[in-house]
Amino acid sequence: MALSTEEVLAGLAELVNDETGIAADQVALEKSFTDDLDIDSISMMTIVVNAEEKFDVKIPDDEVKNLKTVGDAVSFIVSAQA
Amino acid sequence: MTRPQLRQSTGPQFTRILGMGAARGELVVPNSEIIEPINSSDEWIQQRTGVITRHRASADVLAIDLATEAAMEAVANAGIEPGQVDLVIIATISNVQQTPSMATVVADRIGANPAAAYDFNAACAGYAYAVAQADALIRAGAAHYAVVVGAEKLSDIIDPTDRSISFLLGDGAGAAVIGPSDYPGIAATVWGSDGANADKVGMNATLIEYRDGKAPWPTLRQEGPSVFRWAVWEMAKVAREALEVAGITVDDLAAFIPHQANMRIVDEFAKQLKLPESVIIARDIATTGNTSAASIPLAAHRLLQENPQLSGGYALQIGFGAGLAFGAQVVVLP
Repeated sequence: MALSTEEVLAGLAELVNDETGIAADQVALEKSFTDDLDIDSISMMTIVVNAEEKFDVKIPDDEVKNLKTVGDAVSFIVSAQA
Repeated sequence: MTRPQLRQSTGPQFTRILGMGAARGELVVPNSEIIEPINSSDEWIQQRTGVITRHRASADVLAIDLATEAAMEAVANAGIEPGQVDLVIIATISNVQQTPSMATVVADRIGANPAAAYDFNAACAGYAYAVAQADALIRAGAAHYAVVVGAEKLSDIIDPTDRSISFLLGDGAGAAVIGPSDYPGIAATVWGSDGANADKVGMNATLIEYRDGKAPWPTLRQEGPSVFRWAVWEMAKVAREALEVAGITVDDLAAFIPHQANMRIVDEFAKQLKLPESVIIARDIATTGNTSAASIPLAAHRLLQENPQLSGGYALQIGFGAGLAFGAQVVVLP
């Protein structure tokens, strides 16, 4: 069954925390991965690969460039689950 | 027609690495010397790559000189006479002359003339490819003692303003002598390539474009995040397969020697393989930089110097890079 936006956000926040140590409650939809959360491209890719496994979706390399905010990533994962 | 009666060669059942050699560029270049053109900082480079310094060669030293030095040491450490070497293979992407090959000249310089000698390009997988070739050729009876070298002077093909790869790169050569053995010292190689993604890392122009004034001097570039994903998660599958075909598990390993591409790759790779704490992981990149085909033998040579107890232990070595070419095998360390 597809997860809701809130459920994907919570799951993604856990992955961000595992990789970077950033508190899960800081991982909000409007936050930019680079400008607000200071996540570099290598950590971002690690989060992407772990998200693929956790949510059973495919996130191609070309798509990763478009995931500027946490909300972008959550929307992509929610759509990709469908 | 009568059945053909040609004799085909066969060789010894087993091979191993008999000795290793190393040569690093003599200039130690700290991050502070390269950060200005990329508008960066020592902290930024260390955090993203783990590189603190890289070794680079001076203007009058070429990859062929580094290869010669490493090959001579490897032959001395192997305990054989240079004249016994009948095959020299050099993996490189940075020979400044397309012909003659570096290997023919190195063979002569080390006293192995008239050994069979050739260069080839498998980028950062070059050393693993060279080991596979030497092992197969010796067991087939095509050669008896082989010198395999990964040799690069990458500082001639970098752009100081490039933020994708140039700041990682160093100059050096690592060599191994491979010969007959009483026991299996080189397990089957898992190797391959993915040319569909050849644009992920490589030169940014051709020599023709440079000659015709359509591009500046060609230099290396990479799509870092894509290469990172491939280098860790796809290469972890290759590494596991190399263990499987060798008939061992991570618990049997003494050392893990991945291509020294980036410390973040080394660390994440080790995590994915779930290596036990007893396995010593090569981290030569911190002070040598990424030396492409030379990085695995340089890292192995250093591990053996710093941890002599590793001699006789199993090492999993895996190279991966432009092509995208990859190769992995388990070897017994000399």
